[in-house]
Amino acid sequence: MNITLENLTKRFPARGRKAQGETVAVKDLSFEIPDGMLVGLLGPSGCGKSTTLNMICGLEAPSEGKIFFGEEEVTHLPPELRGVGMVFQNYALYPHMTVLQNILFPLENLKGEERPSRSEMRERALETARLVQIEELLDRRPKELSGGQQQRVAIARALVKMPRVLLLDEPLSNLDARLRLQTREEICKIQKKTGIPTLFVTHDQEEAMSISDRIVVMKEGVLMQQGRPQEVYDNPANLFVAKFLGTPPINVLEGEVSGGMLRLDGQPVLPVPGAEEGPVYVGIRPEGFRPDADGPMACGLNRVEVLGRETSMVCTHPACQADTLRAILRSEEEAEAQSGQVRFSLRPEKVFLFRRSSEERIRFDCPARAGA
Amino acid sequence: MEQNSRKAWLYLLPSLVLLGVFLIYPLLDVLVYSVEEGYNFASQTYQGVGAYNYSYVLHDPYFLQAVENTFVLVILTVPTSTVLALLISTALSSIRPLRQLFQTIYFLPYVTNTLAVGLVFMVLFQRTEYTDGLVNLMLSWFGAGPIDFINGPHWAKMFVLCFYTVWVVLPFKILVLTSALASVNDTYYQAARVDGTSRARIFFRITLPMISPMIVYLVITGFIGAFKAYSDAVALFGTDLNAAGMNTIVGYVYDMLYGDSGGYPSYASAAAILLFAIVLTITCINLLVTRRRVSD
Amino acid sequence: MRGVNVKDKTNLEQQQRARSRRSGLATALRYLFLSFWAVMVLFPFYWMVLTSLKGYGAYNAEHTPVFFTLSPTLENYANAFTAVPLGGYLLNTLIFSVITTAVMVVVSTLAAYAFARLRFRGKNLVFGLFLSMMMIPTELVVITNFVTITDLGLRNSFPGLILPSITSVFYIYLLKENFEQVPDELYKAAKVDGTSDLKYLWKVMLPICRPTLVTITILKLIECWNSYVWPRLITDDSAYFLVSNGIQEIRENGFGRENIPAMMAAVVVISVPLVLLFLAFRKKIMEGVSRGGTKG
Repeated sequence: MNITLENLTKRFPARGRKAQGETVAVKDLSFEIPDGMLVGLLGPSGCGKSTTLNMICGLEAPSEGKIFFGEEEVTHLPPELRGVGMVFQNYALYPHMTVLQNILFPLENLKGEERPSRSEMRERALETARLVQIEELLDRRPKELSGGQQQRVAIARALVKMPRVLLLDEPLSNLDARLRLQTREEICKIQKKTGIPTLFVTHDQEEAMSISDRIVVMKEGVLMQQGRPQEVYDNPANLFVAKFLGTPPINVLEGEVSGGMLRLDGQPVLPVPGAEEGPVYVGIRPEGFRPDADGPMACGLNRVEVLGRETSMVCTHPACQADTLRAILRSEEEAEAQSGQVRFSLRPEKVFLFRRSSEERIRFDCPARAGA
Repeated sequence: MEQNSRKAWLYLLPSLVLLGVFLIYPLLDVLVYSVEEGYNFASQTYQGVGAYNYSYVLHDPYFLQAVENTFVLVILTVPTSTVLALLISTALSSIRPLRQLFQTIYFLPYVTNTLAVGLVFMVLFQRTEYTDGLVNLMLSWFGAGPIDFINGPHWAKMFVLCFYTVWVVLPFKILVLTSALASVNDTYYQAARVDGTSRARIFFRITLPMISPMIVYLVITGFIGAFKAYSDAVALFGTDLNAAGMNTIVGYVYDMLYGDSGGYPSYASAAAILLFAIVLTITCINLLVTRRRVSD
Repeated sequence: MRGVNVKDKTNLEQQQRARSRRSGLATALRYLFLSFWAVMVLFPFYWMVLTSLKGYGAYNAEHTPVFFTLSPTLENYANAFTAVPLGGYLLNTLIFSVITTAVMVVVSTLAAYAFARLRFRGKNLVFGLFLSMMMIPTELVVITNFVTITDLGLRNSFPGLILPSITSVFYIYLLKENFEQVPDELYKAAKVDGTSDLKYLWKVMLPICRPTLVTITILKLIECWNSYVWPRLITDDSAYFLVSNGIQEIRENGFGRENIPAMMAAVVVISVPLVLLFLAFRKKIMEGVSRGGTKG
């Protein structure tokens, strides 16, 4: 069953007594959570991710637009009739109940025919607990659990009523770095096992890239781009998406296209057939530099960081927006530095051009780029 | 170090002296008083040591009347005021406009003089030869009728006393419960809504357990406060509470000490210690019961 | 095209309308309930002001109470200040409250500073003792204090009224907690600059902790203004009465039992200062009380 959002808009009245007008938290947002997939909703804080989540689970009503669960429109359905499971950022486990009581709680809310018998409820709770591997913790209270364990209890509580969609709000933000890695794999595994379409909200692009089947990037309430993580990374639709994805971040330079050549600081560095002429922003991924003694791009070398598997070179270039740019080379590639200078040639599939005014992508013919 | 230490004691000196003279010494002294038999206030002599004072107090009909009144007051007002405060603060935290105004109004009785406002209650409930009073006017609208709440039957007087006590203690309870309710994290309610929890179930399964420590606190302080009731009764029925049959244990202590029947610090001490024993027992029982309930 | 079929849709809309109607009704009921209690709280205040504005004759001619007056008069207020020494009571209370509060603040500040900042042997033990003193009920120690003050010949005097009322363990505790939040570095910096402890306390600690000081000052003022039991025990000369005893005296021997309007005028005069104080410092008072004050 697919979850579909159609042209969702959410406006809030402006805060404060004297403030006029309203703020738009989400604007004309459409995307889909395909059945069985894990979708990462990604964006900087304040971009409307949480509002979107709240609209899907029914805690907030959209100002415009529609939400479908499969064929059924749920836009104005209250949360309890939607069948959503939600894991809150701080988990919201009831501190006075044991783990088992917490997991049973949603089942006990069911009424009429839907309400399972006492023993069925227990059976389902135990089954869910097994799924997230917390069977031995059932009699504890939340405050006796570690962060990772609390997280699993929260997931179990969301899953126990067999929701049609699972929503996770910044599920990893309260965990330390090591647990985060482990837990995100765990989430991925549980999601695959249950097959429930899942949306998870995060501001951490690495997190989203690593486990999502699809990612949706938002900025200031507007959808920027959606697609498979690699696809979005390889083909950012605009400068924002290019800058937001990837660690270390993409290098942004100011350049110009003239005569079919991309020029940086006046020097031609890359042929860009088919690109329109004029001033552009140039995004070059750190892995887009190839050391080349005769390469067209000359940079000042600040320092070299050896990281084992790869080598990171911190360089300067007059066209660069930031103070330095960073090139990542495989350690078998060797760059020759002469009198504080290195020369690179560029991999065209790692270079993106953007219009100065709208920051939209400018395409050019690049045989190495598949499907561009 | 040595000099520093001396300085610290110097800073503490005023407090220590005052507390020593007016709190610690009297605490020990009251025990001594309570066992000195036949103490004479004028000559400050006594005849022997024993439990006679306790026995006298326990056989004094005025004391027994006071104990009965106090217990009735406690049993009626503590649950009533706690439940009422819970209702009011729950309603209060579920509205937005006018909330501040209501909160301010509800707190007013806390800052008013118990004795002074008690007079207003007396006027409202009293029946005189000129008028039946406002409350009786309202009762007559429902065909009930006229009752003298201030000088009439005992149950009527008890009712006024309880009513006034609830009126006086509510502000504190509402304030404490409102801030307790506000401190419950909103995501618990969101989580419950996503799970389709009914309003009643949210209240009984989530809200109530979350604020239960504050409710326990209020019940215990409520018990202690109600056992010490005195000035409310004076405000309504005047200083001669024994004659009105409305005395409380604390009132009995003060009457024994001073006033028309006063001059017996030994009896007063014995009564005060008995009161303290009752309060301590009830508090312990309270704590035991709630401890068991909470750990279940 | 996806979507719900027509029948389901109308069904859904009906459900929704019913739901919003129910919640609208619930909100209305909530406001009704809250307003009802607001009236219960405010009505005695309204009645006392109303009655105080009615003429003596007019009031006594009302066989059924009237909810308004068309000929308000201030004669009762004049009466309250001339026929009984209400002005004297107010002045006494003012003197008593201000001196007690001022001395309390100084004494408590010194003690709290010693506990919070100075190091000396036995600090934890002494502080533990202080805390346990919070549990001693006033009713127990009042008896001996009464005897002590009588023996010292301090009945019917301000020292006799003030001395036992000064110390409050709870306020020392509150101040100490607040003082401890001031970072250590400030103290060390001041010491390096050669500041004396007293100067540091005065110039650094007190300005930083001003909010708490204001809170305890106001709470103590309210407590003093309303105190009844101790002043009643220790004064029988009406020249030293505070307002609480004053109003009791007025009720029993003042204008004669029937002059209710004049009594109510006195009640208004007594209540107004505190109500004004409350309205001015509403936030501070409510915050301070919810941090652990109880009435009395």
